[in-house]
Amino acid sequence: MRENQSIEAIEQEIVEEFSLFDSWDDKYEYIIDLGKKLAPLEDVHKKDENKVRGCQSTVWLVADYQEGKVMYKADSDAIIVKGLISMLIRVLSGQTPDAIINTRLDFINEIGMMGHLAQTRSNGLLAMVKQMKNYALAYKVKDASLNN
Amino acid sequence: MIEPAIIETSFDVYAIRQQFPVLNREVKGKPLVYFDNAATTQKPQVVIDALVNYYTGYNANIHRGIHTLAEEATAAFEATRDAIKEFVNAESREQIIFTKGTTEGINLVAQTWGRQNIQAGDEIIISNMEHHSNIVPWYILCQEKGAVLKVIPISDEGELDMEAFEKLLSPKTKLVSVVHVSNALGTINPVKTIIEKAHQVGALALVDGAQSTVHLDIDVQALGCDFFVFSSHKLYGPTGMGALYGKKDILEAMPVYQGGGEMIKEVYFDNIIYNDLPYKYEAGTPNIADAIAFKSALDFTKGIGKENIRQHENELLAYATAQLEAIPGLRIIGQAKQKISVISFVIDNVHPQDIGILLDNRGIAVRTGNHCAQPLMDRLCIRGTTRASFAMYNTKEEVDVLIAGLQKAIKLLA
Repeated sequence: MRENQSIEAIEQEIVEEFSLFDSWDDKYEYIIDLGKKLAPLEDVHKKDENKVRGCQSTVWLVADYQEGKVMYKADSDAIIVKGLISMLIRVLSGQTPDAIINTRLDFINEIGMMGHLAQTRSNGLLAMVKQMKNYALAYKVKDASLNN
Repeated sequence: MIEPAIIETSFDVYAIRQQFPVLNREVKGKPLVYFDNAATTQKPQVVIDALVNYYTGYNANIHRGIHTLAEEATAAFEATRDAIKEFVNAESREQIIFTKGTTEGINLVAQTWGRQNIQAGDEIIISNMEHHSNIVPWYILCQEKGAVLKVIPISDEGELDMEAFEKLLSPKTKLVSVVHVSNALGTINPVKTIIEKAHQVGALALVDGAQSTVHLDIDVQALGCDFFVFSSHKLYGPTGMGALYGKKDILEAMPVYQGGGEMIKEVYFDNIIYNDLPYKYEAGTPNIADAIAFKSALDFTKGIGKENIRQHENELLAYATAQLEAIPGLRIIGQAKQKISVISFVIDNVHPQDIGILLDNRGIAVRTGNHCAQPLMDRLCIRGTTRASFAMYNTKEEVDVLIAGLQKAIKLLA
């Protein structure tokens, strides 16, 4: 990932990558591959308070704040979810709280994932996005209180 | 014993499939293979027609109207009660209470009979394989009353430990509420024995028939159960519709549940006289259209013959089980000797959700997860399963599609 690339620019990259696939089989193969490549989260972070809970799979999500940018790390026991997280991390990690809070993440729709997974109650993409935005909001509030 | 030759000629799965419009659709560009029948079944055209006919032909509120439409609607609505009475072999039609489904039936018993009869220190027995609907209402009641919820353990094969059950029984036991057939494992439980044992200590017995009614012949009198609950939508009928059967003296002694509508006979501000059975428990305008269409589903099933359906589904079960067992790393969860056509399985190092997503991508609908039976998954030390459950309209070719889809998914995920 290049330095200082905007959320929209990274989203555009992902949309272009997905446009190369002819079938959903290929899209899933790619997502599964992303899932396999995502660095596993250290076991110390795999605790209850870091869980984005669903009835099917478990997602652990942690965030860190460095020099005005939010850094995310995450993991899941299901590989496709892990692949989706990998994309979210690629788009949102290293961005400012404001950019994260305000993004619409249109790429989820554009690569066709909305209809597939986003709306299910089992760790929907939207639940993960919400949690990521919550972290960003928390850092923003913390910043504001320090500056006052 | 019915001659197999007779079944061959009377059961034509391809003709049956023609009756279910949704089976013609495609999912993700592939023909739909619907193996999530334990969650809900698809509806035949006659059921869909019954709904449309009611709304287009004789939509009216029931029981009170004097006009023709009201009379027609009332007659059709009450005809379903008669059909259900026959379907479960109840003693009388008054013992069939319309509910929203299995869950409401259980809640009704917990909130009426339970509130009236359960006291601190009393015990209610359920099993380790109950779905949440047969756990939570009793948990709530026990919390409220200071009663104790006891759980029948199960074996690794997914069968109830009957010896342990007998040890749980005591004069403190007031109710035993068990599932007839497990939604997650397919196990057929020995409910007749359970009911007899419960009665021996003076307890009542409730049978959760959510999964059993579509597969087994139900005879509440032969079973001797005090309550039997089930849903329409798992029986090819509409959602939001079900029934509670109860023994008459028990239903009559129970307090009312919800107030208003048909449950009233006379109302004064200082005195209210409630209606007789079954209306006493049917407050408000009921789900008329769905109740009427439920009869069409029962008639449809009866026309094909439950014995025929059972034989067909058992063949699919045997066929699918053999093929699944041949897949390396796949383990079938629920190996009870008595099973209906539900197969739950886990695959080494593969998450059920990933399997579910990849199968959906090939047009195959299965259920993955804990099947609303979290304590059961905890007991079996698994995070969930993939479940394929068969109905009358499923075919061996569809099983082949499932197996091929699974093999591809495993290859991709490994």
